Amino acid sequence: MSKIGVFVCHCGENISSTVDCEKVAATVGKYDGVAFSVDYKYMCSDPGQSIIKNAIAEKGLTGVVVAACSPRMHEPTFRKVCAEAGLNPYMCEMANLREHCSWVHEKGEATTEKAIDLVRILVEKVKYNQSLNSIKVPVTKTALVIGGGIAGIQASLDIANTGHKVILIEKDPSIGGHMSQLSETFPTLDCSQCILTPRMVEVAQHPNITLYTYAELESLEGFIGNFKAKIRKKSKSLDEKLCTGCGLCTTKCPTKKIPSEFNEGLGNRTAIYVPFPQAVPNKPVIDRIHCTYYTKGKCKICEKVCPTGAIRFDQEDQIVEVEVGAIVVATGFAVKRPDFFPEYGYGKYADVITGLQFERLASASGPTLGEIRRPSDGKIPEKIVFLACAGSRDPAKGIPYCSKICCMYIAKHAMLYQHKVHSGKSYVFYMDIRAGGKMYEEFVRRAIEDDGVNYIRGRVSKIYEKNGKLIVSGVDTLLNAMPVEIEADMVVLATAGVANEGAEELAQKLHISYDPYKFFAEAHPKLKPVETNTGGIFLAGSCQAPRDIPESVAMASGAAVKVAGLFSQDELTREPIIAVVNRQAAPVYSSCVGCFLCVSACPYQAIEKEEIKNRTGDLIKSIAKVNPGLCQGCGTCVAFCRTKSIDIQGYTHEQMYSEVMALLNEY
Amino acid sequence: MSSDSHHSGISGLGGEVLGHTDVKVSHCYQCGKCSAGCPLSEEMDYPPSVIMRMLQTGNPDLEDKVLRSLSIWVCLTCEMCFSRCPMSIDIPKMMDFLREKSLNEKKSDPKAKEIIAFHKSFLDSIKYTGRLYEIGLFVDYKARTLKILDDLALAPKMMKRGKLNIIPELIKDRSGVASIFRKANKKNKN
Repeated sequence: MSKIGVFVCHCGENISSTVDCEKVAATVGKYDGVAFSVDYKYMCSDPGQSIIKNAIAEKGLTGVVVAACSPRMHEPTFRKVCAEAGLNPYMCEMANLREHCSWVHEKGEATTEKAIDLVRILVEKVKYNQSLNSIKVPVTKTALVIGGGIAGIQASLDIANTGHKVILIEKDPSIGGHMSQLSETFPTLDCSQCILTPRMVEVAQHPNITLYTYAELESLEGFIGNFKAKIRKKSKSLDEKLCTGCGLCTTKCPTKKIPSEFNEGLGNRTAIYVPFPQAVPNKPVIDRIHCTYYTKGKCKICEKVCPTGAIRFDQEDQIVEVEVGAIVVATGFAVKRPDFFPEYGYGKYADVITGLQFERLASASGPTLGEIRRPSDGKIPEKIVFLACAGSRDPAKGIPYCSKICCMYIAKHAMLYQHKVHSGKSYVFYMDIRAGGKMYEEFVRRAIEDDGVNYIRGRVSKIYEKNGKLIVSGVDTLLNAMPVEIEADMVVLATAGVANEGAEELAQKLHISYDPYKFFAEAHPKLKPVETNTGGIFLAGSCQAPRDIPESVAMASGAAVKVAGLFSQDELTREPIIAVVNRQAAPVYSSCVGCFLCVSACPYQAIEKEEIKNRTGDLIKSIAKVNPGLCQGCGTCVAFCRTKSIDIQGYTHEQMYSEVMALLNEY
Repeated sequence: MSSDSHHSGISGLGGEVLGHTDVKVSHCYQCGKCSAGCPLSEEMDYPPSVIMRMLQTGNPDLEDKVLRSLSIWVCLTCEMCFSRCPMSIDIPKMMDFLREKSLNEKKSDPKAKEIIAFHKSFLDSIKYTGRLYEIGLFVDYKARTLKILDDLALAPKMMKRGKLNIIPELIKDRSGVASIFRKANKKNKN
């Protein structure tokens, strides 16, 4: 016979203002199997918890129903209370009287009646509850970091420095990401490469970090603590052990006119190439799409000049399988090409460029060696115009959000231009200046007040060419929308930061969610900014939303701490809310008939076939078996099972029927 | 509007303002607090923050409009704007310079005729007595504006309360004040 305790919470006035809690407790107290029933103002408070503990001890309760708020809120609290009082925590259930009743109904008799019903069905369910034990799963203490930009580099170093192994994969031939393309960084104007390259080298030399460049995630299986990842190492057409990085091949390669990705198309590279001088690793790859040997079948000059014979034309992609316990996704962002603004003439006029292209012009390692020279004729522009929000904050173009970094980098660009071209004039068209950040506003004011950058509030309507000048036509909204036309030599568009191409596919491979803009979704916008909804997978940097360097680094370190916290445990405890296939005595063994519909239905590949054999090893029956490590308790298999042979622990058929019957039976 | 005119900084009227008053127009970030607090902005053709923006553009057409504006004359130099400006921009000081330049370039708004007359009468009073001589001021003002009868009814009441002394109070060192006026005039001519 069950001895169930019912504890009705007032939640201050949240419940008691519309529900007669005393009446609920009194009515439920009379039901069969209820040994104790009480109401209290705050059940989650220390005195409230003591009431439950004392009742369990004194009345010898076999089950507990707490009628209070949502179980999402306090189920862990009350299950812990039960465990402390010696009752199996899974013998405790919560009736949600707040969200499901008091908050959504007026005060009245019917509301109290509904509250009584809600408690009653849980009382009937608890009668069939069974003691469950949490599941222990081991943890593989190696992390996989996807993306070798500043966020991935920082996360890798931080995890590696806690003593755990890290596998860092980067799709490009070198790590460094967008930060390696930048000239100077706001708000201090220190050189981007100078602060980044030491970290890149540290990654390459760290004993705990295995670096795979030119590599991408092929597939992922498993769950927190126990992932299995397949990594595709794209063929570099090179034996990396033999290559010394002398660079002779890159100087002799006859295919020299390929637009350089690193220089955003403002410079050229060869078919066998190292993306930039400080690349890590500093060894070339062959771009098979452009290489003469791969396209026309002959050349092989690089092979002839290589002093160590390191070129491998027949090398194939390699799949590496690794087991990891946690994953940090740091795949960064892309820059929206502004050619979806025909009125700005990007792609039509050579001297209308993107912010990232300007970074390459201003960079000492760039195509102009740091001199601001316009792409069309190499002249130094006398007048330069910067357009903020060239894509961002434009719902009509599908990007309603603020890309966040542009206000700062535009101020930096205009400043760098004024520092390099003293006689030049620079103009910024903006809608708002968003300079939230330490020393950010001061930085923008410096550009305006000290460096004489002309800020004009208004969005540019069009850019067109006239007598060799780019006419930038807009208005000054601070002067009653007075028309402004500037005859510029060069125009820089602050394009929107967008999700990477293929972000969706990657998210699906990882089973993580993403937002409408295909940026990866954090588990909670405030309190879980580096977690995803998938256990063991964390986010760092701009793959979650456009981020600047300090934010990306902070996020990466945050994700690294989450990984280190996970790795501080030898095994993980999981809720036992999983599916089980019933087992019975011989000769039935199980009601499962082995149709294995559940196997195809399971989204987590958690169900396998089990063969029941007799003592001589002859097969008696094949039935389904759930791997408790993989099962997420979604219940899909339960719905598919034709013989009702699968139950979710804690939500068995028996329990569900008893809840329904409690509502149907009159009391 | 021509493109070359749209620049700010050291050149143009903004540059002159900087040279004469140390006010840097680029410091203004157009929050509008000066215009919001100005007791007379409703009487102005351009509120103070708009005057700042017009100067920021460096556009000669707009600079000309500033010098021809009524705003610079309506300004009372009460310093409400200055005391509240988050960027501590001394707008009243700048207004003083703009008034001076407007007069010198004969660009003053005709509607400001009486205000200018009052300024002149006031300065005359200081120049000759070293102090404000009320009767002298209004006789001078009425002579300049020919508004003989305006506000005349107030005079008896003010007399009764001792607000209008018939005989001017003179300061001791009137020649000192006169030399200040001489020097200021000379500087203006240079």
